Amino acid sequence: MNGAAGHGASVRIEACGKTFADGTRALEPATLDIARGETLVLLGPSGCGKTTMLRIIAGLELPDPGGMVLFDDKDVTSIPIERRNVGMVFQSYALFPNMTVADNIAYGLKIRGVSKEERAARVAELVTLTNITGLENRRIDQLSGGQRQRVALARAVAIRPRILLLDEPLTALDAALRDRLRGELNRLLRELGITTIYVTHDQAEAMELGDRIVVMRKGEIVQIGTPREVYFAPESRFVAEFIGAANIVEGPIERGDLVLPGGRQPIGGDTSQPSTVAMIRPESIIIVDTANAALSGTIDSVGFIGDRQRLVVSGACIKPINVDAPNTIKVEVGDRVGLLIPPGAVRLLPAEN
Amino acid sequence: MRDRLIFTGQLVFTMGVAAFLVVPAILSISAGVTANYFRGISSGVTLQWVAQVWNLYYDTILLSFLIAFATLAVTLIVGVPAAYALHTRGGRLSRLIEEIITLPIAIPGLAIALALLLTYGGFRSFRASWLFILTGHVIFTMPFMVRSVMAVFATVDVKTLDEGAASLGASPARRFLEVIVPNAAPGILAGALMVVTLSLGEFNLTWMLHTPLTKTLPIGLADSYASMRLEVASAYTLIFFVMIIPLLVAMQMLADQGARK
Repeated sequence: MNGAAGHGASVRIEACGKTFADGTRALEPATLDIARGETLVLLGPSGCGKTTMLRIIAGLELPDPGGMVLFDDKDVTSIPIERRNVGMVFQSYALFPNMTVADNIAYGLKIRGVSKEERAARVAELVTLTNITGLENRRIDQLSGGQRQRVALARAVAIRPRILLLDEPLTALDAALRDRLRGELNRLLRELGITTIYVTHDQAEAMELGDRIVVMRKGEIVQIGTPREVYFAPESRFVAEFIGAANIVEGPIERGDLVLPGGRQPIGGDTSQPSTVAMIRPESIIIVDTANAALSGTIDSVGFIGDRQRLVVSGACIKPINVDAPNTIKVEVGDRVGLLIPPGAVRLLPAEN
Repeated sequence: MRDRLIFTGQLVFTMGVAAFLVVPAILSISAGVTANYFRGISSGVTLQWVAQVWNLYYDTILLSFLIAFATLAVTLIVGVPAAYALHTRGGRLSRLIEEIITLPIAIPGLAIALALLLTYGGFRSFRASWLFILTGHVIFTMPFMVRSVMAVFATVDVKTLDEGAASLGASPARRFLEVIVPNAAPGILAGALMVVTLSLGEFNLTWMLHTPLTKTLPIGLADSYASMRLEVASAYTLIFFVMIIPLLVAMQMLADQGARK
């Protein structure tokens, strides 16, 4: 249905760092390969360098000397954005207030000298694709936030870019709309098959949309992996805590068990170290009768969220831990409960800060 | 009852102030169409003075408009890109340049004229041509154009708009003409009207720079007041009003439109 399908370019950035004029180091030299057609998400808290990396790939920033950006193995480092043939969606959308929706979408095609008839046909195709049929002649200031987001996306893909770059495209929207658009965006990106680089600080967005996630912190890449890898096998405490909810527990290791105040928890993996830091996801802990579990604790609080209840259990580990329990079990504050944790759900983390 | 009294009092006061300001203008204009000012309006209404002024000064009036629109052209071609550059560059140097551009508002026109005469007075043909006055007017009106365009840039995120257009493949020149300028249009229009009105009405700088062959409207007005009957000078005022008022009205309408947005 789309000429751009499967025609994305591969991207390689090599030793790209960025130091701003005032001496701030926004990005430590990083090397990254993005496969043709892949959706890669740059994820991290604000100030982690993810937007800077996106802007370097886009051609809006030059990397520090020594850095290189390659599209399909061709060096594009010194080529400005207007000649890189990338589509970009900005956080603030950057729609042109002096043009209608249709003119905004067609602007890139007009620049490329596409005929009027062809432009109109392409606009019609894109408004259908992005669900904004009927808004073609509206002015930008007559659109809602969600509509603007769709126009920005339509405008960016209208030029059939080799690479689509999205800088926090959903951040400016309210939560319900964000969830819906996230689903639509996912479907659209799969359909288009363009190489996509997506910047966000929202881990749910990152996991739903990304083929791979690059987790960044303080200008450095801390982990690269599929959503499942970064969720289930974080390589650092930062990744464990930034993606999803995590209980971080500490204790000595004795004969393959993690010794905790509330009992002994068998662990998988390397047990040769004398003590360890480990991560346990709240949803992997099963509430059972104290008789059936090696580990037990006392319920401090019960939060009913609807689809589940979040319990805070103290006495099991040094610090109280969070447990996501099914919404059907009956527990009350003060109950003593057993905590059953499959050994595989205990993820050992390297001892660090 | 009491409210009504206060309202009436305020109305009378406002009308009084308005009359204080408007009556001189009306008297002056009416003098321009009176056959004999000393005998009053009963001496008859005539357009002979207006016609006389037109015959005597039409070249001055035309030159005034030529200079006003040439000033506008220069301030547009130089001022709008300058405002954009000052806005996007930022930093201390930009602030300094902005201040320097703004200086002519504070410096007396006579001082600017004197500086121009001292510097370029020796270039005979330049000194004698209308381009000399144009130079003075450009210096004097440039801050109004630059400032009003920069005021719009401060409210529109032009950097992101520029990056958006660049991502779609537009060259820097196209971005400026197709995206930046249209989105700065309210400021450019307001600046343009200000430049034209200021140039048409400018007196003290022009008075120093003019030659008998390069006179503008206000210089002609001073000339007629000094050397001709009061009716002629008043007729001159009438012509001046007719030309400048539509510009002022347009300016106000634009400002209203800007405020409503």
